[in-house]
Amino acid sequence: MFRITALDFYYGDFRAVRDVNVDISGNEISAVIGPSGCGKSTFIRCLNRMNDLIPGTRVGGRIEYHGQDLYGSNVDPIEVRRRIGMVFQKPNPFPKSIYDNVAFGPKVNGIKQNMDDLVEESLQRAALWDEVKDKLKQSAFSLSGGQQQRLCIARCIAVRPDVILMDEPCSALDPLATNRIEELMIELKREFTIVIVTHNMQQAARVSDRTAFFTTEVNDQAQRTGILVEVDRTEKIFTAPSDQRTEDYITGRFG
Amino acid sequence: MTSPVLERRSGADRIKGRAFHLFLLSCLGLGLVCLVVLLVQVVTKGLPRLNIDLFREFPSSSPRRAGARSAIFGTIWVVGICGLLVVPVGVAAALYLEEYADTTRWYNRLIEVNIQNLAAVPSIVYGILGLGFLSRGPLNLGFVVLAGSLTLALLVLPIVIITSREAIRAVPNSIRLGAYALGATQWQTIRRQVLPSAVPGIATGSILALSRAIGEAAPLILLGGLTFLTFNPTGLDSPFTVLPIQIFNWISRPQEEFRVLAAAAIVVLLAILISMNAFAIFVRNRYERRW
Amino acid sequence: MTAPELAASPDLGLGSQSLLQASRPRYSEQVIKSVLALCGFLSIGTTVAIIGSLAVPTVEFFSEVSVVEFFTTREWAPLFADAKFGVLPLVTGTLVTTLVALAVCIPFGLGAAIYLSEYAQRRRRAILKPLLEILAGIPTVVYGFFALTFVTPLLRDVWFLPGEAPTVFNALSAGLVMGVMILPTVASLSEDAMTAVPQSLRQGAYGLGSNKMQVSTRVVLPAALSGIVAAFVLAISRAMGETMIVLIAAGGTPNLSLNPAEGMQTLTAFIAAAGIGDQPTGSTGYKTIFAVGSTLFAVTFVLNFLSIRLVRRFREVYE
Repeated sequence: MFRITALDFYYGDFRAVRDVNVDISGNEISAVIGPSGCGKSTFIRCLNRMNDLIPGTRVGGRIEYHGQDLYGSNVDPIEVRRRIGMVFQKPNPFPKSIYDNVAFGPKVNGIKQNMDDLVEESLQRAALWDEVKDKLKQSAFSLSGGQQQRLCIARCIAVRPDVILMDEPCSALDPLATNRIEELMIELKREFTIVIVTHNMQQAARVSDRTAFFTTEVNDQAQRTGILVEVDRTEKIFTAPSDQRTEDYITGRFG
Repeated sequence: MTSPVLERRSGADRIKGRAFHLFLLSCLGLGLVCLVVLLVQVVTKGLPRLNIDLFREFPSSSPRRAGARSAIFGTIWVVGICGLLVVPVGVAAALYLEEYADTTRWYNRLIEVNIQNLAAVPSIVYGILGLGFLSRGPLNLGFVVLAGSLTLALLVLPIVIITSREAIRAVPNSIRLGAYALGATQWQTIRRQVLPSAVPGIATGSILALSRAIGEAAPLILLGGLTFLTFNPTGLDSPFTVLPIQIFNWISRPQEEFRVLAAAAIVVLLAILISMNAFAIFVRNRYERRW
Repeated sequence: MTAPELAASPDLGLGSQSLLQASRPRYSEQVIKSVLALCGFLSIGTTVAIIGSLAVPTVEFFSEVSVVEFFTTREWAPLFADAKFGVLPLVTGTLVTTLVALAVCIPFGLGAAIYLSEYAQRRRRAILKPLLEILAGIPTVVYGFFALTFVTPLLRDVWFLPGEAPTVFNALSAGLVMGVMILPTVASLSEDAMTAVPQSLRQGAYGLGSNKMQVSTRVVLPAALSGIVAAFVLAISRAMGETMIVLIAAGGTPNLSLNPAEGMQTLTAFIAAAGIGDQPTGSTGYKTIFAVGSTLFAVTFVLNFLSIRLVRRFREVYE
């Protein structure tokens, strides 16, 4: 689905991510793990061109999505984001009703379908329908943190994306809510390709099929650049990593 | 014997500290006392003429028969049109500066500095602009509602822009990112997410800007507005007078009765301003979201 | 990416070439951006229009009246048959009323700012500050009325200083009331500057055994100085530009004097008075409005710019 070759990412002159080469396949969950500041979030934000919104940033190398250059000159970043959705670290529902949160994406994308059905279907698939079906007109802020995050997932599904990127989606949630989101992810991978960034190694081990390990290398000016160390089947990464740095990290000997 | 090390400081130091505290308090007190005295003085002086005739009667050379009807209607006309002109333009400019403009560009910085500077330009200078450009000069509109509204609109435009920018800036970026991640365009994000969230702040700022416009007399006087009008405005091209000008007119008369009338009109003006401010505070407390 | 997986996503539908292109062109986005930008640039247009409307009649004015006469002679009577164009009396009028106003708003505004920023508890501050700011929202014509009908009679009754008691129209009461009007502006801007001083500086000073007064006056005040000076500069600009108070309470007679107990006319009051007089367009009297206006605009423009620069420099240090 994604073929990433020699990806570099710059904030101004500073190179935040260097020389990432990886393929991401469809209909499975790929996890990106690594210590904080290793560029994992920056990396997945390259995949839906979210980084375009930060002035002064630049992408080097090539990202192919279904064989097409994601940063090609005739590519519309808005169309990219419609096909490659994103769920953020902190739940960020819009200050509107639960219904309007889900309906926003289809509306702006001009999806012509019965909106009530689409909202219900999306909430069903995000395993939130039963909890909110009687209060669709209430503010999204009345929900708990875990429910808000599932609402954000429902909102994302409603646009019918191809890929869902998740940037530490559980880091602001308690263990119970985390558990529900993880179950949901496994449910969703039948229809969607999921890429999840997590700082929680157990989470990566529980949900993902493949895992990529990022770390930082420090240059002589004390600048930290993120690099991809290795990527493999998740069991392999957690049982027999081929790189010493990966082993150090997953066994807790890092740093 | 206890050691003297941890004892309170010498009396002189403490008295100095107390005196300083008292001085600071009295600085603030001075302002508040002036406010109270001013309000009491205006109300007591204006009380005899604070009746329905003030609203019903037109200005007259006889103080006993004079009222502020044309001035009240003129104020509503001029400030109403001013609001219709200034709010859309001010909000649009604020959106441009907050959401679109690359502030590293010199021309966008120029706009910012220019707006800060315009906010501090004396109001009489806007009157000169109105005189030289609108009521006479190129547009030659005369002293009519449209000229007055345009002058006041230019005068309060910086206030609307500055307060709207603050309201727009207060909308957290996560809302914008959430919308972009769903494939919304920049304008869809602004129109459907940013702007609705910023409306309470924009409304508060706009009301405050218009309450500034209501109280302005100097620029309108310059347009040629110290006229004696015994009719209400009927359109954009009508001559008009406004409350502050009518008040100034009455203050300038030698008879004491006109001063009483001026005080009564001041009470009306202050009542309008206080209710606008109260409304602004209400909007802010009721609708403004704490993120 | 293999073909079967593409087929597994029927939603994509389109051929792979057009996969990520915009489904329709987005001209409206560009149009909207242009309209918004136009509104942004309108403010520049305002400044240009102000300068333009001032400049043309001013240049014409100075072709009729010499610059030297304007700035050096001591008599101002432009609307009389025997016209005199010495602007100095208006300048001294503005100077005197401004100085009186500053004598009120600077010490008391600064004191109120120190109290609000360093002494008041949060709850008390939340009540006192908006109350004080009501003063800034009162229309100037109301202040003029207050000066003329309350402050002036009061001053005339209780006058105890050497020299004549103030006349019915005098610069003193106009200046005092103007000072009260500007006080909240000085207080608010200075307080912003002091609040921005990092807490660590205060803690450092307390750690050395300073008391509150010493911390406020010797640590916070100097650290916030450029922000406070910016507030003062803006206060000067506000006082010079104020029209209605001086028009109502200071009188309409140009008077080359520095005695605040006398009546005098300021630059602004002259402009307004000439406007009331309804000068015929194009007459020398009409052009005087613009010449005096240019003088006022130039001075306040420089002051405002200075104030903006000072605030900016202050922000660069602490933010």
